[in-house]
Amino acid sequence: MKIAIASGKGGTGKTTIATNLAHTIAQMDKQVQYLDCDVEEPNGHIFLKPEIKETKTVTVDVPEVDLEKCIGCGKCGQLCQYSAIVHLKDNNVLTFEQLCHSCGGCLHVCPADAIKLKQLNIGEIELGKTGDIDFVHGKLRIGYVRTVSLIRQVKQHIAQDSLAIIDVPPGTSCPVVEAVKDVDFVLLVTEPTPFGLNDLKLAVGLVREMNLPFEVIINRHGIGDDQVEKYCKTENIKIALKFPDDRRVAESYSTGQMIVDVLPEYKKLFDDFAQKVL
Amino acid sequence: MKEIVIISGKGGTGKTSIVASFAALAKNAVLADCDVDAADLHLVLRPDIKRTSDFSGGKQASIVAEKCIGCGKCKDLCKFDAINLDGVANELIAKTYRVDPISCEGCKVCVEFCPVDAIKFEDSINGQWFISDTRFGMMVHAKLGIAEENSGKLVSLIRREAKRIAEEEKKDLIIVDGSPGIGCPVIASITGADLVLIITEPTLSGKHDLERVAELAAGFKIPTLIAINKFDLNPDMAEQIEEDARKRNMKVVGKIRYDRAFTDAQIMKCSVVEYTGDGVTEDIKSLWSNVIYAL
Repeated sequence: MKIAIASGKGGTGKTTIATNLAHTIAQMDKQVQYLDCDVEEPNGHIFLKPEIKETKTVTVDVPEVDLEKCIGCGKCGQLCQYSAIVHLKDNNVLTFEQLCHSCGGCLHVCPADAIKLKQLNIGEIELGKTGDIDFVHGKLRIGYVRTVSLIRQVKQHIAQDSLAIIDVPPGTSCPVVEAVKDVDFVLLVTEPTPFGLNDLKLAVGLVREMNLPFEVIINRHGIGDDQVEKYCKTENIKIALKFPDDRRVAESYSTGQMIVDVLPEYKKLFDDFAQKVL
Repeated sequence: MKEIVIISGKGGTGKTSIVASFAALAKNAVLADCDVDAADLHLVLRPDIKRTSDFSGGKQASIVAEKCIGCGKCKDLCKFDAINLDGVANELIAKTYRVDPISCEGCKVCVEFCPVDAIKFEDSINGQWFISDTRFGMMVHAKLGIAEENSGKLVSLIRREAKRIAEEEKKDLIIVDGSPGIGCPVIASITGADLVLIITEPTLSGKHDLERVAELAAGFKIPTLIAINKFDLNPDMAEQIEEDARKRNMKVVGKIRYDRAFTDAQIMKCSVVEYTGDGVTEDIKSLWSNVIYAL
């Protein structure tokens, strides 16, 4: 079972919900895995404080041209849709690794076998343990743009026999699509504000387009207005959880503490929620 | 003409509310919403759309079922798992394939190697972009289609248009609302800008994400300033952020107190500085004058 915790808008509480849920489920003696797919700005480790046992470098294939073999036909540059390989003149070919999508087109189209693949380091994956939680996160190398490739690699670590909780990056474009692809259920975390509602609508559009079952979590319930609830009602969307606005929650968050550990009154709320999820 | 980009690393630190307030304070700037993934600035600036254009970020493959012979070469070559089995074509062809438009990255490899030219390759419409009037001046913004990619290209397009308008209308400032993260839309929004302002919050997550996005901005050698929103949520952490910034030779040029006016103003569809004259507005005004001074 794979559950993705997503949101259109950033900073609505995805990581708070995901980490506290993982922690609560682990305390119920269930196998649980937490995977942080927000590889541009991963934060789950701040709260779960895992002991990292293994670090893997993640690479992608990018082309390298053997100019000795190149016959200057220019087919590679004509095929590449990303301007990542450019044929200048004679047999001079330039490559731009940062623009490459690793589609393999240039390699296949080259009639002279002049293109080889080399590895480009785009980030790392760290694997560890927090109590009984199996922890996995990806960290994109700064200045690199292969967010989607790294997310795909993080998801390769999903264990079949365990409940996987996937922390999804904010937004509604390609990194989100990659992170929620093939999950069994999506929880969309929002806040009851106009920005929260606008971005929730975008996120709902995305999960519907991908035919994924989902429910909504309203975080900081009480700060704004009732428009999110009205919208969910009109659209027949189930609200899985309403989490109250509480300055103490914000303060414990600021120092990297888990809500269920420092504010016991919320433990039951997460216990009930975890039961529902299981 | 100067261009200032507001980013945050972490989402939800208050970028858009602060950009809207800057728009009100600047009065004569061109505004650009480059958070094309989850654009919110229009909710507060209530733009009057003057021109709508389609955005095409690339092309997309689609298989013509009648021509497909079911050889599966496209599926073998596709690196994006974008080709799936489809149904029976006719009594001769037992299987055909189709392209999943959400996974397709438009690389053209399947088109190139299809032995029977059964794959079309056409411009895909990935979204729309707009030129609008607002009570604070012209605004360029966009709506990326659902589950679309190429947001970096759209960001570059919006910045280019904002620059063109600024030149035409003789405006001396462009204010850009960026997106969270450190990936392609963020890189596209800061490349070549005159100044980056990072809005952070005094939380461990905010601090961690600030470090990564500050390193990104430093890598592009763009002068960078920092502002701490909701600084009184954890004053010790705010102080630590200031100290870390000093070590990086980046300056914290503003601290904004935690105030419900951020949410209330949103609900009233206006910026914080229009909504209240209280301390929080003073904080934003002081940040704004420090930013202008730095430009």
